[in-house]
Amino acid sequence: MKTHPIVGWLFVIPALILVFFFLIYPTFRTIQLSFDRGEGFTTSQYVGLDNYVTLFTQDRQFFDVSESPPRGAVFTTILWLILFVPATVGLGLLLAVMANAVSYEVLFKTIIFIPMGISFTAAGIIWRYVYSPDPSTGFLNALLTAIIPGFDPVAWLGRINIVNYALIIAAIWTSTGFNMVVFSAALKSLPGEVLEAALVDGANALERFWRITVPMLWPTTVVLITTAILWVLKAFDLVYIMTQGGPRGASRIIGFTVYWETFRTARPGYGSAVAVIMLLLILPFVIFNIRRFRAEG
Amino acid sequence: MTTVTATPHVETAPRARLRIPPVPRLLLHATLILVALLWLEPTVGLLITSFRPRGDIASSGWWMFFAQPRFTWENYQAVLSAQGMGDAFLNSFKIVIPGTLLPVFIASLAAYALAWIEFRGREFIFLVIIVLLVIPIQTTLVPVLQIFNRLGLTGTYLGIWIAHTAYGMPFAIYMLRNFFAGLPRELLESARIDGGNDWTIFLRIILPLSVPAIASLAIFQFMWVWNDLLVALVYMSNPETQPVTVRIQALLGTYATEWDIMSASAFISMIVPLLVFFALQRYFVRGITAGSVKA
Repeated sequence: MKTHPIVGWLFVIPALILVFFFLIYPTFRTIQLSFDRGEGFTTSQYVGLDNYVTLFTQDRQFFDVSESPPRGAVFTTILWLILFVPATVGLGLLLAVMANAVSYEVLFKTIIFIPMGISFTAAGIIWRYVYSPDPSTGFLNALLTAIIPGFDPVAWLGRINIVNYALIIAAIWTSTGFNMVVFSAALKSLPGEVLEAALVDGANALERFWRITVPMLWPTTVVLITTAILWVLKAFDLVYIMTQGGPRGASRIIGFTVYWETFRTARPGYGSAVAVIMLLLILPFVIFNIRRFRAEG
Repeated sequence: MTTVTATPHVETAPRARLRIPPVPRLLLHATLILVALLWLEPTVGLLITSFRPRGDIASSGWWMFFAQPRFTWENYQAVLSAQGMGDAFLNSFKIVIPGTLLPVFIASLAAYALAWIEFRGREFIFLVIIVLLVIPIQTTLVPVLQIFNRLGLTGTYLGIWIAHTAYGMPFAIYMLRNFFAGLPRELLESARIDGGNDWTIFLRIILPLSVPAIASLAIFQFMWVWNDLLVALVYMSNPETQPVTVRIQALLGTYATEWDIMSASAFISMIVPLLVFFALQRYFVRGITAGSVKA
């Protein structure tokens, strides 16, 4: 179609101005600030690699290999990746397959999906109540006290060795519905003939699941795993609302640490260094996206 | 690209069910019902709590409501006025309406050009948009705050409208461009032969044909802005203009274990998204699944 070349630019210019001033320029500026003290949210004093050196050698709430297992926001983020990603994607698949076989599928999927509609702020309050250490009000402690004789109520969010698992469970609650709905749609778009052929061949339910359903859903699974990983790397709200990174920094993750160091401990340069590390972790996905785009032409 | 091409929605037509023997079938039902109850407990528990009198909440769990059913609106009345949730609720609306309409409109313009106008640099621009899809907000906060401070935009509605518009851009352009590109070429060509220019084609052909995609995007953006904490926490921390999410985290600092206040506040913040969710479930699910890249 023939139009004056300027017309295309007129349509995209407002969007380009916005992404330049809010995404492109700030990202480069943050890299610059990570080599600075950054006081007053601007370049104040160049410090070279000091922020990075401090992060990896002196900040035990960020990177601590003196203990086994290692602690700090970097390792807590890795723990989230190891536990949260397979759990939310796997559970999503399992529930989608199971719901597919019953008549109340729609109702079931709606119930699991509801948490996707509310904010992590509200979800955080909801789960703080579930985890309340008081067994007369906190559901989890009340339930365990009722089932297990002599059970001592636990401060789920107040114990260094428990807090991350408690947070991960809350996160699984918020996001499994999303994975389930995507898997469910993919399931329904699978060609029925393949499953029918397998039925005729005498394959049982488990065989059909592993040898047909799972391989055919693999492209969907890759997308969902990628999404879950990116979600963990960027996560902030749930940790901020439920624990503020505590107790003693035990539940800090990268996306939370950026905010906390920048605004709460008021060290923008230091927080920017954490942001740059976050960016480096996300970089493989940038490259992955570009490759996909190039491949699609 | 990390997007799901299928357009799933919760209410799909039931297909022929597989035949399952009775015992496994019973186990299947038991598991699903147990999972559904477990999934509901956190929300329902807090919802019931929000309607119980303060004294009851402090002394017993929500399940005791069924033993001593006492109901009150007092918690809601208290947080709406004394705790500022009423004002915060209005602030959320002031933020979310322009924060939805602006990005949808500006992204539609860009998406149309990227899909249907041939100009130099088009490929490159789309590539940049794809890269920006995964850039986290956290890496932009300090420099944007510096710009805002210099322009006097910190804590203003104008500032947060622009911020949400900009942060919503990559995904909105990506989603709409892919939808627009799938519209039939003949339609646009015949409009051009009839003397239509790009602006009239955009307004009279592209937009009307894209209502479902634009609706999905608008609902996704609406929910994203309404539920946002981080952006508002950094740019709108001022008590007069803060939205519900920021207000709740402020209340948490003082009333963390006062569940009468926290439960009612949480549900005030949830009413609007839940209404949108139940009323427009199909569009919402479509938007959020396509939006997996952003969330």
